Amino acid sequence: MAKRDTPPRWDRKMQQRLARGEAAALGELYDRFASLVHGLAHRVLDDEEAADRITREVFAHVWQHPDAYDPKQGPLRSWLAALTHRLAVQRLRQTETAALAGTDADAPEATGGTGSPRALEELERRVRRASVAARADYIVTSMPAPLRAALELAYFDRRDYRQTAVDLGVTEAEARRRLRLGLQLLSTAHDTGAPGAPPEYGGAV
Amino acid sequence: MSGAGHEDGDWEGYGPQNPGNDNGNGNGNGQDNGDGKAPGPGEGPPRIPMPRSSVEDTGGPLPESPDVLPVASAPPAPPAPLVLEHDVLRSLLGAWALAACAPEETLAVEEHLGECGSCADEARRLREAVELLQRPEPLDLDPTLRTRVLEGCLERRPPRIPVPEWATPYDAETARLDALLQDFGDAEWHAPVRLRWFEGDEQTSRRTTVAGVIAHLLSVDGMVAVALGLDDPVTGEQRTPQATTPAGRTEAYWRASYFPPTRSVRIPWREQSHNIVRTVSFAGDGSGRLPVPYGDFELPLHDAMLDRAFECWVHAGDIAEAVDYPYDPPAPRHLYGMIDLAARMLPEALAARRRAGLAAPSRTTRHLVPAGEPGRSLRLEIEGSGGGEWLIPLDSPAALPSAAHEVAHVALDGVEFCQLAAGHVSPEEAAAGQDGDREAIRDVLFAAASLSRM
Repeated sequence: MAKRDTPPRWDRKMQQRLARGEAAALGELYDRFASLVHGLAHRVLDDEEAADRITREVFAHVWQHPDAYDPKQGPLRSWLAALTHRLAVQRLRQTETAALAGTDADAPEATGGTGSPRALEELERRVRRASVAARADYIVTSMPAPLRAALELAYFDRRDYRQTAVDLGVTEAEARRRLRLGLQLLSTAHDTGAPGAPPEYGGAV
Repeated sequence: MSGAGHEDGDWEGYGPQNPGNDNGNGNGNGQDNGDGKAPGPGEGPPRIPMPRSSVEDTGGPLPESPDVLPVASAPPAPPAPLVLEHDVLRSLLGAWALAACAPEETLAVEEHLGECGSCADEARRLREAVELLQRPEPLDLDPTLRTRVLEGCLERRPPRIPVPEWATPYDAETARLDALLQDFGDAEWHAPVRLRWFEGDEQTSRRTTVAGVIAHLLSVDGMVAVALGLDDPVTGEQRTPQATTPAGRTEAYWRASYFPPTRSVRIPWREQSHNIVRTVSFAGDGSGRLPVPYGDFELPLHDAMLDRAFECWVHAGDIAEAVDYPYDPPAPRHLYGMIDLAARMLPEALAARRRAGLAAPSRTTRHLVPAGEPGRSLRLEIEGSGGGEWLIPLDSPAALPSAAHEVAHVALDGVEFCQLAAGHVSPEEAAAGQDGDREAIRDVLFAAASLSRM
């Protein structure tokens, strides 16, 4: 959603308002990012209630530690996405490990490890898939806008590259170049520790 | 909006496998220089999924080197200038992966993939990347989650600048409506909506669109904004237009623009509602007594904020109905506040109707009730969540309500009562349990409907 405030400025002001203890700022933060946070958490955990809980944790974390976000390090959106992903993956590991060990998810030190190797493998696969998807989100939102616009036209609006060129007011060769380059960037989501991914993602895998 | 599935079976076995660049995370190796992206980690044979689907609306002629492109039914392409062919075809790989090429180009690319290892490898990688573009359908967030999340936060760290209690219904309702608008496309924004209200005991209506309703909310919320010293959305500055009533302001806003409102109205409406909540937070609890002029009457700010929350819910309901979405009533304690405001406004509305000759003066009591004295009262019982009981003085707004002088009893569901006060249900049709003085009941129900306005 386009806002009059440019993202860095909005992010900085939001961080200051949160630090100041402005409850209205917290509401605005929720209004802008709740669906992102909840959506990411849901994709990892595939459970409505668990995603609700992560959403509560993420906003509580930001509210309690407004200084943890440094606007100089990048957009608030990416920072929140990384935080969400990290907490969701942590939660997934906890619940799955606990389930494997046959104990309650909330029991401390429930890392029994009696689960079958196959189940563990499946867990790792889920974690990896979620991490790739999170990196893809990050790459799409942080790639240069012209590349993203081309991809969106071709993918979501189903325009062919000639129509995409017309829509963007560029040559057909340029449209082809943008589509290819955009996908090349996106494909790095499959590489663990890809450059461009925030450090949190690497740590979460 | 999902990419269709892919059947990779057809593609197995063409192209060289792992053409000498199966280093997992590396970059910038070998043939694919220029963009610094490495071909994929070549575990296993390259399996290239089919395009998601054919692109229907293509078919433009091929601009470049038509001689290198095979005709659909023809045997493999004749030998052609290879360097050019490879470069052109390689430049098409992104478009090919997105199924965004002309059919002839698609064929040409696929022919080429059988012969060129580096392109086949990149094609597989790009095709896999396309799958990453697919986002899960955004889920509708549970509207009660916002309150739970915010309350949880504020318990852990009490705010230094809280949102006044009387502003929270407005905060919650504007957030709920904004979430409803989130996924609206142009069709929804321009869906017709009929605004309904009561004027002089007659149901009145005005046709507009979803965007027009948001413009209406923006204009009328603007009265609160102006009272707080914020810019007037109708004029775009601190100056206010001549029209001062909610309807007058709305018409002025609608008239001021040559084109009917579009989705672009959402941002100013949302910014204003956020600004109002923020400003009253800084102004503090005591600012609730600040008068907000409504043209022909005034409300203290804390009531005006409840009124705006109520209108926001009612019109969100209109919008939801227009686009066939479900929409729940407000949280019980917010609903209670809205009902309470209407109940408190009823004595004045009764008096206004009496002055206008719409309500009969009392026939049972001939004497006027002096201010501050108990007078005939009607017991309004609101059922359901957010409900309660109110005693409405019937003879004068200044009279004290009195259980000893109860002459009638009306029972209504809370949402039904709000629909009545919003002018969406007529007093005759309102499903109300009634007991006692028929005329008093009729007057109160009509007075409730008269609270409605555009």
